[in-house]
Amino acid sequence: MTEPRPTPILEARGLVKRYGHVTALDGADFQLLAGEILAVIGDNGAGKSTLIKALAGAIIPDAGEILLDGKPVRFHSPLDARRQGIETVYQDLAVAPAMSIAENLFLGREPKRTGLLGWLGALDKKKMLAEAMRHMQSLKIGIRSMKQAVETLSGGQRQGVAVARSAAFARHVVIMDEPTAALGVKEGNMVLELIRRVRDRGLPVILISHNMPHVFEIADRIHIARLGKRAAVVNPKHISMSDTVAVMTGAKRPEELPAQALA
Amino acid sequence: MLPDLATVPPTSIRGRLLAHLPPVATLGPLLALFLAGAFFTSQTDRFLSGSNFSLILQQVMVVGVVAIGQTLVILTAGIDLSCGMLMSIGSIVMTKLAVDSEMNPYLAILCGLLVSTAFGFLNGALITRVKLPAFIVTLGTLNIAFAITQIYSKSQTVSGLPEALEFFGRTFRVGQTAVTYGTVLMLIMYLVAWFVLRDTAPGRHVYALGNNAEATRLMGIDTARMLLVVYTLAGFVYGIAALLLVARTGVGDPQAGQTDNLDSITAVVLGGTSLFGGRGNILGTLLGALIVGVFRNGLTLMGVASVYQILITGILVILAVTTDQLSRRKG
Repeated sequence: MTEPRPTPILEARGLVKRYGHVTALDGADFQLLAGEILAVIGDNGAGKSTLIKALAGAIIPDAGEILLDGKPVRFHSPLDARRQGIETVYQDLAVAPAMSIAENLFLGREPKRTGLLGWLGALDKKKMLAEAMRHMQSLKIGIRSMKQAVETLSGGQRQGVAVARSAAFARHVVIMDEPTAALGVKEGNMVLELIRRVRDRGLPVILISHNMPHVFEIADRIHIARLGKRAAVVNPKHISMSDTVAVMTGAKRPEELPAQALA
Repeated sequence: MLPDLATVPPTSIRGRLLAHLPPVATLGPLLALFLAGAFFTSQTDRFLSGSNFSLILQQVMVVGVVAIGQTLVILTAGIDLSCGMLMSIGSIVMTKLAVDSEMNPYLAILCGLLVSTAFGFLNGALITRVKLPAFIVTLGTLNIAFAITQIYSKSQTVSGLPEALEFFGRTFRVGQTAVTYGTVLMLIMYLVAWFVLRDTAPGRHVYALGNNAEATRLMGIDTARMLLVVYTLAGFVYGIAALLLVARTGVGDPQAGQTDNLDSITAVVLGGTSLFGGRGNILGTLLGALIVGVFRNGLTLMGVASVYQILITGILVILAVTTDQLSRRKG
């Protein structure tokens, strides 16, 4: 029984990106489905980060097309992608440490007050604090005061702020670039739990990670990038970690995998 | 079952305390100012008087305004070594045009402001477009502005200013104490800067930029444009300082502004703003400028030669930077 495939939320077809003589993307395809966590893995130089940058608007591909909800889109900057509802969480804890949690959540999107003070440009700090509290609570991040400077938080909590920020503003997709790389084991697990909560709220997540146990624990599907292309998309429930790594490194061809391993 | 973020104690006790206490950075300068005042009161009976305080305010008014521009720049994790000379060139342009070229004095003031602002824009453009370090750029424009000032004025003092240029040096009386309009302008500028930095999006973005420029850029804020605006605005502020300088001294002095580079940085740092950017408070800068002013004034009253005052300012700035550095290391 074959059902018609649902339209992917985010799709890329035949992306090409060259840097001088180096071809980073060589006709890469990509599909993100509704409500899933899609892990993107690949060796260094496989074109994984170039692919993600193209999807996040950080680079402009030389050829190929990107479709959001089935409609072609062109991103000229990360801001373009954000305006279309694609938010990115960066690995190096992209927060302003001396500023409060609320300020970090709303950085660049601060609500203004009404009336004369608003006309003068005054920010609605009450609203920022209340909304920040609501966003953090909806992801079950227990922090008492949204006025607290981010630098007083642990690494995991800081990443929690970054995740909450993207989840609060993303309408379509959240991209997480190595969100656990800078964290210890326990905090890494907390952030994985957060990623699940983001997905459970209906936002599909693209997770870039080198951490195979994390990928296998959380991903619904795994996109394997190799030599600037998509080598395969596999189902973590039906493939072993070693087979996945074998495809990633080229030790095994995707055709050699059992049919059910492919997703 | 994975651990939940909510089950982890939110933060250390220290973190929670820090969230609720007023920033220590603003208490330190206040205490230092008080101690300096107490010290000079004990050393000379001429220190503690309304007229002397009014004098200190007048002496502080020029460097106080320069330090507003310097604070904006330092909050972005930059530095402006050219500030004193950008003020100097503005003051010479407005006095030369008004006196020697007999230009309408208001137009002359406008031209002076424009020249200082243009130099600020040049600083910002070189830093953001050519991507040169602020330190080198402003060291360069310092010398350029100084040289142009000397060439244009032939190193001659301009005197015989029209009244319009001296307005901010005039005084009104509050009880027994004479207060200059320039002091009032300085205080208004501090209040405006305080509001903008504390309560508006552009102000908060200045802090964010100084905190983590890359993160700020990734959040969709045009950081290059912001830096350009900050340096240009700083230039404009130095132009206002030029007007106050001219009004206070009653002449266009091509040798003026040479101590204001270090003095403004001293005021900013003494006021608790971090040289690493992103932390600090503009009202702290006012306190810092007052500390410098109180030291200069008190030492003068004690009969200490001005070379020693420069020595002490140098020591003060190093002490303040050391405190900043140590508190960052602990944090």
